[in-house]
Amino acid sequence: MIDDIVHFFEPYIYLIVGGVKAIIIAVALTAVVPGLVWLERRLMGRFQVRLGPNRVGPFGLGQPISDSIKLLFKESIIQSSADKFLFHLAPAIVVFTAILSFAVIPITQPFEIFGQTIGPWIANIDSGILFIFAISGMGIYGKVIAGLSSNSKYSLMGGLRSSAQMISYELTLGIAALSIIVMTGSLNLVDMVKSQEAVPFILVQPLAFLLFFIAGVAETNRAPFDLPEAEQELVAGFHTEYTGMKFAMFFMGEYINMVTMSSLVTLLFLGGWNTYILPQNALTGFLAFAFKVLFLLCFFIWLRSTFPRIRYDRLMTFGWKFLLPIAIFNLLLTSALKVL
Amino acid sequence: MSEYFFISLAAIVAIGVVAVLLLLSTILGPRNPNRAKLTPYECGIIPQEEAKGRYPVRFATLAMLFIIFDIEVVFMYPWAVSLGELKLFGLLEMVVFIAILGIAYIYIWGRGGLEWD
Repeated sequence: MIDDIVHFFEPYIYLIVGGVKAIIIAVALTAVVPGLVWLERRLMGRFQVRLGPNRVGPFGLGQPISDSIKLLFKESIIQSSADKFLFHLAPAIVVFTAILSFAVIPITQPFEIFGQTIGPWIANIDSGILFIFAISGMGIYGKVIAGLSSNSKYSLMGGLRSSAQMISYELTLGIAALSIIVMTGSLNLVDMVKSQEAVPFILVQPLAFLLFFIAGVAETNRAPFDLPEAEQELVAGFHTEYTGMKFAMFFMGEYINMVTMSSLVTLLFLGGWNTYILPQNALTGFLAFAFKVLFLLCFFIWLRSTFPRIRYDRLMTFGWKFLLPIAIFNLLLTSALKVL
Repeated sequence: MSEYFFISLAAIVAIGVVAVLLLLSTILGPRNPNRAKLTPYECGIIPQEEAKGRYPVRFATLAMLFIIFDIEVVFMYPWAVSLGELKLFGLLEMVVFIAILGIAYIYIWGRGGLEWD
């Protein structure tokens, strides 16, 4: 009987495994968002010498959950002059691209279970890093559409700022990643981690790491580069007109993008799942990866509570006149060192 | 090819998550609109004109600059992967390419294309 069932499912096993992995990762990403919100509020509280949320549940852990339940039951207001279809499409694009861009990220080394070798990724494509850039780059459509469809001046300015900022820093991000690609000769993220088995690239390419991280902070619209949603000038930027769950979806997108960006930095520069000191297997690999990502996430929050928001013209000048030439110089230097 | 199939699986799951979230927000929330709720938010001031239509032209200039530089980066990706085989030839090619682009970059800088005010 059981043999019959197993035999029946044999040809579809890759399909089932793939589907299960896709569902696990999507659910994990959705579930990690309340945790991150909690972490950010707790840490921000400590940085500002106050307690942070501590009333609901142990250590205030119930706070983000009760917040999201509250948001679900809030009225969804669509103001009358907004474009209804685009207004709904915008948060959908933001969350969709955020979840999809995580599909190619390997979270630990491949392992064996029930005689099947399972790769801890949804897909291991040869153009992994290009895929992430392409899909997460599409996320700006969500923000621009949100700004345009709301028919509110704050939203429009937020959407335009968001697009201008993202395209400016995408160049630096791409060129900083190019130095790593020159060194590994591959666009595949698994290959990149494998070539860091001896030393993580942060020690070989410190400049590229700095550029990539700064551009990554700007790409995810985090402080000090959170101009698209600067509260003091633009109320809430491109999501001013959004309420309830649709408002929360923009936050989901932002936090998932933060996780993706931290994972990408980990894979490119911090050696991915290489533990370096502990014995290497799938479990310790995952722990090492999770630790590095968590450290970077805390670093994001630390940055937010340390730096004041940068002025908009300085943001643009910084990206175009400072980061871009340095990134190109670093790329030329890396390729010269590789060839000569 | 099959790996890209898994990406489409992930896309289906992501669409599912998005659909559930949008559906829940539509079903669960109360619905009692009034005129003040349905006007665009402008810090309590009654909106005088539509927000659509005009925006500062420098955003457009910046978008054009981005296209120039992004095409350059697109060209660099295959070059970076195959630099190990191209060796010195590849490096010199890229130096020439970046030099030409550098001239354009300096020209844009000199004409004030990168200024924001």
